[in-house]
Amino acid sequence: MTLRVAIEGVSFWASRLPGWETARAVMTGEQPPPEAASTRPSPTLLAPTERRRAPDTVAVALEVAARACEAAGRKPSDLPSVFASTHGDLAISDYMCSTLATTPALISPIKFHNSVHNAAAGYWSIGTGSLAPYTAISSYLYTFAEGLVEAATQVVCEQRPVLYVAFDIEAKGALATMASSRGLLGAALVLAPVSQARQHRSLMLTTESVGECHPTPARSAAAPLVADNALAPCLPFFEALASSQPRTLSLALGRQMALNVQVN
Amino acid sequence: MQTRPLRITAYTLCSAAGDGRAATLAALRERRTGLTRNDFGASPISTWIGRVAGLETQPLPAEFANWDCRNNRLAWRGLTTDRFIDAARAARDRYGAHRVAVVMGTSTSSIGASEEAYARLDPDGRYPADLRRPIIHTPHSLGDFVQYALGLTGLSVTVATACSSSAKVFAQAERLIRTGLADAAVVGGVDSLCGSVLFGFNSLELVSPEPCRPFDVERRGINLGEAAGFALLEKQAPRGEWLLGYGESNDAHHMSTPHPEGVGARLALSDALARAGLQPADIDYINLHGTASQKNDEVEAKLVADLFPATTCASSTKGWTGHTLGAAGIVEAAISLIALEHQLLPGTLNLRVPDLACGPQIQRDNVQREASHALSFSFGFGGSNCVLVFGRDR
Repeated sequence: MTLRVAIEGVSFWASRLPGWETARAVMTGEQPPPEAASTRPSPTLLAPTERRRAPDTVAVALEVAARACEAAGRKPSDLPSVFASTHGDLAISDYMCSTLATTPALISPIKFHNSVHNAAAGYWSIGTGSLAPYTAISSYLYTFAEGLVEAATQVVCEQRPVLYVAFDIEAKGALATMASSRGLLGAALVLAPVSQARQHRSLMLTTESVGECHPTPARSAAAPLVADNALAPCLPFFEALASSQPRTLSLALGRQMALNVQVN
Repeated sequence: MQTRPLRITAYTLCSAAGDGRAATLAALRERRTGLTRNDFGASPISTWIGRVAGLETQPLPAEFANWDCRNNRLAWRGLTTDRFIDAARAARDRYGAHRVAVVMGTSTSSIGASEEAYARLDPDGRYPADLRRPIIHTPHSLGDFVQYALGLTGLSVTVATACSSSAKVFAQAERLIRTGLADAAVVGGVDSLCGSVLFGFNSLELVSPEPCRPFDVERRGINLGEAAGFALLEKQAPRGEWLLGYGESNDAHHMSTPHPEGVGARLALSDALARAGLQPADIDYINLHGTASQKNDEVEAKLVADLFPATTCASSTKGWTGHTLGAAGIVEAAISLIALEHQLLPGTLNLRVPDLACGPQIQRDNVQREASHALSFSFGFGGSNCVLVFGRDR
């Protein structure tokens, strides 16, 4: 079964690849990665008092979500959204587990409500005033590809544009030995029904049952900069988008399920 | 592409109210609560909980040892109840292992295992050897376990939108089947008691020191519970209740408080009714979210009073199960299906004097009557709402 959708907007953020323009130029080899790491993006959608104390998940997710909508020329409040993260907020999970082990009665109520997997999606909907449905999902090593399928499925079923946001942050404390992830990485797409009138790049997504998945490896100079982040499996997809030529690649949807992607 | 009705060819649930459909039906009929005084953990806060008995002494079978933890034990209890696992494996054999999707909902998945590891870190600050299993320290622990246990190889996702999680799984699965990415789907949800939710909800002052009293004027908050539930969705089948529609929205209001006028909830409801092609007057029963928190019940009661005729019966069954969070969607979907199957519309346990916002729809007592269509409401933190529409097998 094949899903066909248009790509209206793309965004990307990592500390050495701050923004899609930079990331794309590094992926195509047009420029070397910046020497210095950028500081984390400020979630300007939130009230000034909330920006500084916003968790990293919220900061990076809101940044790429806003940039993708801008690139697409779409009003954020019109778009249903799919938020995907392998591990969610690893820093808050570390806080919750260590506080529970020592002083459980002192759990912070704000940290607790920010610990839900849909916290970034919730802040996005509050910040943009969007009543359109969002979802928040996880699929371990296959999170990016499963989220892409869900976003494209919504586009095809409902015939309306959908915002897709994927992110993972740095693990903290003892949990880092089990759920390893370094740095911040976020990426977003606005996907839409394919239209004759508007010329956009498009995606053809086809699932394939295989004996063992062999996803396309990342090849560019961007790869080592994000290789330690749990969302790193998304990189080959963005390398394909960075190229101006049609490309094909394969992402893993499971141990024995591949997502064949044709970028036109 | 229009939403297509799907057959629910198997379903089950395990909660404090009982293991399986028959035990749940008996508890509903006899108005027997599953809630008990909180005895979970080393220093239990003063509240009541819906605890599933025996999980501590029932490890997963050896072949699943890598996934062993309280949440996945509860998942296994659910899979092996009402012969659900046989129905799921039969679907696998009928359609192919890669054609049956797994869409699971949870709020905290197996974070309880991470909490336990932190309580038992070795002197170097490392995880104890028995808990050094990465898959149980990540949200997809649940979806990954269910897929492996059923021998499936297709799409597998864990949805985590707090208390709407395992309602939204029906919507996501319907889309996968509609687009042809799957022929059938195992949907469901599991959440288990853990320190994060007991102390977390306590920190928000949402936990009741007494058995919860949904929609009662003197309600004092929620009781947390744990549960597992599963349903098998298929495009075509000779029998089974129907998933007729669903509606999703969010409030865009606050992370832990519902919109005061229930703006998002109303949108989800109208979307659900439109997809099902039904009017409010067609609805015989609504299983409400009814957590017994001050705000939720007030907003929800007003919504029902505004939009439904007096002939619609509505209730909260949290007095039987507690609030099972990410599993609430599937638990209450299953209770709605039991209601249609047995024409028994459960009332609201512990409701004595209804809140002023309640209309005549909200029932204290069980009602035995003809019922064709049921709704299930699920509203979660982060303002995520989902409404499901079910139809009787006919």
